[in-house]
Amino acid sequence: MLSAVLFSIGAATVLLRRNAIIVFMGVELMLNSANLAFVTFGRMAGDIDGQVIALFVMLVAAAEVVVGLAVITAVFRTRRSASVDDANLLKY
Amino acid sequence: MTATVTAAPLMAAASTDMAGGEAVMFCTVAPIMVLAALGLLFARKAVHAALGMALVMVLLGIVYLAQDAPFLGAVQVFVYTGAVMMLFLFVLMLIGVESGDSLVETIRGQRVLGIGFSLGLAVLLVGVLWQVPFGAPAGTEAANENGNVTALAEQIFGTYVWAFEVTGALLITAVLGAMVLTHRERSERRPAQAELARLRIRTGPVKAPLPAPGVFARHNAVDTPALLPDGTPCDESVSRVLVARGQTQEAEVYVRGTARICSELSSPLDGPPGPGDRGGTGEDGEDGGAATGKEGEPQ
Repeated sequence: MLSAVLFSIGAATVLLRRNAIIVFMGVELMLNSANLAFVTFGRMAGDIDGQVIALFVMLVAAAEVVVGLAVITAVFRTRRSASVDDANLLKY
Repeated sequence: MTATVTAAPLMAAASTDMAGGEAVMFCTVAPIMVLAALGLLFARKAVHAALGMALVMVLLGIVYLAQDAPFLGAVQVFVYTGAVMMLFLFVLMLIGVESGDSLVETIRGQRVLGIGFSLGLAVLLVGVLWQVPFGAPAGTEAANENGNVTALAEQIFGTYVWAFEVTGALLITAVLGAMVLTHRERSERRPAQAELARLRIRTGPVKAPLPAPGVFARHNAVDTPALLPDGTPCDESVSRVLVARGQTQEAEVYVRGTARICSELSSPLDGPPGPGDRGGTGEDGEDGGAATGKEGEPQ
């Protein structure tokens, strides 16, 4: 239940905020809520696979954060803006 | 306690059979976590959002610990609050803390649709989870027989070893990608120090080191400009950061004090010395410390 609520808040953040970094944190929140669901269901099922998968999700999320923040930094350096609306270079 | 505990967070609102300690823990942690996550959604400043996010991460680590996943709880605190959120904060500092969020709607109706979709998603997820009949949880005692870390290691380096290797490759690729993305090629050669010094002598307005700030008998601080030999304050003697912040002192009081002292010093030389001159110094002593600055020390 908490996981669902957190996931919804993360999704709302992604949809509503304009600052790229905050949007990114919303993605992180969604990943974490999924992790929580994995751990909880793994415990209910009585095996440890849920924790293993949550660990892998964490690893992939770390890699994703590194690349995503690098992209945000690069875009900010060229466009002087961290807003997701200004990144329209691929538009036309 | 954990042997009799039923499903923790997912059943929270619906279940009544959660064991006491964990129920109390969950009912304490969950509202804080939701509030912090809402802070991420509503905080005006990105730094506040990041701090709320860090709080969510720490609390998630606590929930993992309570759910028989001590290794995952520790890793959650280390990796997320320690590494990832600090990375976020570093990038926030890098691209400017004050780069605010424009609340202008660029796509018409996007905000309404976004709120609608988010609420719909919340209702859907909560509703589905509400309807699922959860049995009594099996618990991970059997799997954790030799310890949680051992069990995890057996899974990771046994069943999932291939995925683990691929994750390593993914991490290395991510590191390389981040380096490539943030690398900046210098288009011209970096000027050496000798060239910078020569350029400064050729073009700069001030050749010598900048004058020191004012040193007065009753006031001695970097926020007061020094006085030049003619009594005017020297603007270059104060740091321009202080000037920009408006934190400098007025030099006017010292200008007046210096002028009066000069006139008193010069009057016995110009006119005949007399009791009037003594009276002058007595008067100066009377009005105290307000205006009796001494001369500045221009360079």
